[in-house]
Amino acid sequence: MSDEIENKTGYQAQSSETMNEYSGAAVGDIDYVRPAELPEQDLYHGHTFLTKWVFCQDAKVIGVQYFLTAVFTGVVGLILSWLMRLQLGFPGLAGFMTAEHYYQFVTMHGMIMVVYFLTALFLGGFGNYLIPLMVGARDMVFPYVNMLSFWMFFVAVAVLMASFFVPGGPTGSGWTLYPPQAILEGTPGSGAGILLMLISLSLFVIGFTMGGLNYMITILQARTRGMTLMRMPLTVWGIFTATVLAMLAFPALLVSSIMMTLDKVLGTSFFMPTILKAGEVLEYGGGSPILFQHLFWFFGHPEVYIVALPAFGIVSDLISVHARKNIFGYRMMVWAIVGIGALSFFVWAHHMYVSGMNPWFGFFFATTTLIIAVPTAMKVYNWILTLWRGNIRINVVMLWCLGFIVTFVNGGITGIFLGNVSVDVPLSDTYFVVAHFHMVMGIAPLMVIMGAVYHWFPLVAGRMLNEGLGKWHFWITFLGAYSIYFPMHYLGFIGVPRRYFEMYDSPYMTSAIGMNEFISLAAFIVGAAQFILIYNIIKTLKTGKPAGKNPWKANSLEWHTSTVPPEHGNFGERLPVVHRWPYDYSVPGAKEDFMPQTTPPSEVLNTEVEKT
Amino acid sequence: MSEQKIVDYEFKPGFKGMAHDTGSDQTMFKGVHWGKAMMWIFLLSDTFVFSCFLISYMKGRASTPIEWPNPSEVFALEAFGVPVPLLLIALMTFVLITSSGTMALAVKYGYEKNRKMCGWLVLATAVGGLIFVGMQAYEWSKLIHEGVRPWENPFGAPQFGSFFFMITGFHGTHVSIGVIFLFIYAYKVFAGHYENGGKRGWFTTMRGDYVEIEILGLYWHFVDLVWVFIFAFFYLW
Repeated sequence: MSDEIENKTGYQAQSSETMNEYSGAAVGDIDYVRPAELPEQDLYHGHTFLTKWVFCQDAKVIGVQYFLTAVFTGVVGLILSWLMRLQLGFPGLAGFMTAEHYYQFVTMHGMIMVVYFLTALFLGGFGNYLIPLMVGARDMVFPYVNMLSFWMFFVAVAVLMASFFVPGGPTGSGWTLYPPQAILEGTPGSGAGILLMLISLSLFVIGFTMGGLNYMITILQARTRGMTLMRMPLTVWGIFTATVLAMLAFPALLVSSIMMTLDKVLGTSFFMPTILKAGEVLEYGGGSPILFQHLFWFFGHPEVYIVALPAFGIVSDLISVHARKNIFGYRMMVWAIVGIGALSFFVWAHHMYVSGMNPWFGFFFATTTLIIAVPTAMKVYNWILTLWRGNIRINVVMLWCLGFIVTFVNGGITGIFLGNVSVDVPLSDTYFVVAHFHMVMGIAPLMVIMGAVYHWFPLVAGRMLNEGLGKWHFWITFLGAYSIYFPMHYLGFIGVPRRYFEMYDSPYMTSAIGMNEFISLAAFIVGAAQFILIYNIIKTLKTGKPAGKNPWKANSLEWHTSTVPPEHGNFGERLPVVHRWPYDYSVPGAKEDFMPQTTPPSEVLNTEVEKT
Repeated sequence: MSEQKIVDYEFKPGFKGMAHDTGSDQTMFKGVHWGKAMMWIFLLSDTFVFSCFLISYMKGRASTPIEWPNPSEVFALEAFGVPVPLLLIALMTFVLITSSGTMALAVKYGYEKNRKMCGWLVLATAVGGLIFVGMQAYEWSKLIHEGVRPWENPFGAPQFGSFFFMITGFHGTHVSIGVIFLFIYAYKVFAGHYENGGKRGWFTTMRGDYVEIEILGLYWHFVDLVWVFIFAFFYLW
């Protein structure tokens, strides 16, 4: 790391042409954009392998690092889900699968997918790559802290994975880690397993805080000239709001992790009531297990939206680009994202209807929960109205978007069932719940991720992914996911409890057994289909069709960089100047069906362009 | 830096003007340094951390079945043969609040480019923080000698010890980190890292500026404010 800090004057020197534009005399001009408030960012350019690819301060490289690490943990989570389905569909087939192992796999699958896969992928992966490009910045505002953020996440993943190899294995207390059972003997992994999980979560929160501060300040304080808040792509709005949620929700997770660590290591009783075990009173006493549930879900519910809001934002942009139409109700979409984010802090106890809390409490949380349906439904209508009479291109990206809308509506409707106390109580802890949350925050955001990968891969790698393979990937995943989760709703209605290792000779057996076998087979196929994408990526990197510049004819700034893929510093010598929102597609009177954000008004005088 | 022309933002009047300014291009908070905005948002997040701790403390204290110890007896200090309630804690609070004052003065002299005064005041703040941590260590060891442990104590509910050590420990960690940074920044001020356009940091292109003293000050005042809440909830309740 002996690099000299290079002062690349090319980035800072403005041409004389721009200087004229800066002078006050140009105010009357219709192309006038306010001059710069801040001097340009000075970047640290790496020269060695270590500073260019490992300890890199370029947000794009950090984004790819986050992406690959998250995908690795995601594949681990996928394999765990295969093992679970193997046990549920064909009990006893895998000899090594004990009840303890099953619980450990359930726990690790849940925690990996929610925190280390989806959160890291959306905010760390897409956030890092897209935010600076989309708002027209050279890089994140604190590149060094950004690098530390990734490495902290990497250590958190390493600690998490290490728990597979400690005596007793990883924790098996369910992804909610409810005390007292999570840290008591008898629960699998109640020794080193739970401890490593809590340490890993704390490290994740610290690492995320460093990244989150970067995302927020870059969006708030480092946009390019002309990029007003209401000209930002919805992707940026979604990631921004999700980051705000994360900054305010992760503290509750950090605090509950610290307190449970102390309960485990020092023998405090924050969450531990008086416990009788085999006739003996344990040393714990006087604590409150419900307190943990409140802290956990104060984090846990916003976490759902930390995953969902970036997906909402990204899918809005994808639909607009591939339907060649402006997003319907842009401002409504922005306020819906912000509103959902704010409301998500007032609904946490709907995860605790069966915890024995006061019924009035449940009434309050049911009301707030159902209010969230309003902005959410607005968003769904707006996506459909964006498609309405659009010039829709049925390519792989659009297929994933359509798949998302259907899946999200599906999962959202079962959410209305579960949001009501009286309906939730009988359905609580059944496969109906499993079906609901996998549809709404598993499959739906995953579809957006897939769409986003097919959409932005040409930007990252400069080559187009294979459409044919993509369509196979989509249809197997889409139909397969419905084959998995639709029958689970039925299993829930007949009362099959979730998290059970085996049904044994219970009366459910007869009707549930065939269905469980079917679900498991579908799960194996869907999981295997994901490797089509990995194959597609590897193949494309070698022999794919070169994408060229702006293959989708999109408007937003990331497609209008000086080179594809963009270099460190993103925009070459001059930062772009923005004159419009990113949704001017199919504008009446315009020569082309798209109008990049940098197009000045004087170039498109005779068009019916939206005033933004 | 470059020769680029930098123009300050002209604010618009009224509520509508405020909305316009907020949503305008480039920056939301006009003229606010990136690092300063970052520190404010970090402190908001940290506020949630301490709120979670203190709300958990309230819940734990309310729901434990064993009686809570009397703080004026537990925290009393013997002075001239008489037990004086809250004596040590009053001294600790006084020292910490005073260090907030010296910090504020350091910021003022920093912006006036008065290097010497700024450096001495940052150093004074660091020493104040160090005295605070030292007194806290004394208080901890006194309680430990009396038999208070995180898992039990002779005065009543075991949760008293748990919450006390956890929350004051977490706050003390914040103070200690602050003290370390205060010493580093005092060195940086004396060494002139913020003079003449600022010195670049290691492995980064950020240049030093006296605004960093204000950013550190924000953190320090926050730590003091949190102490006021801990003081109220642990020692006065």
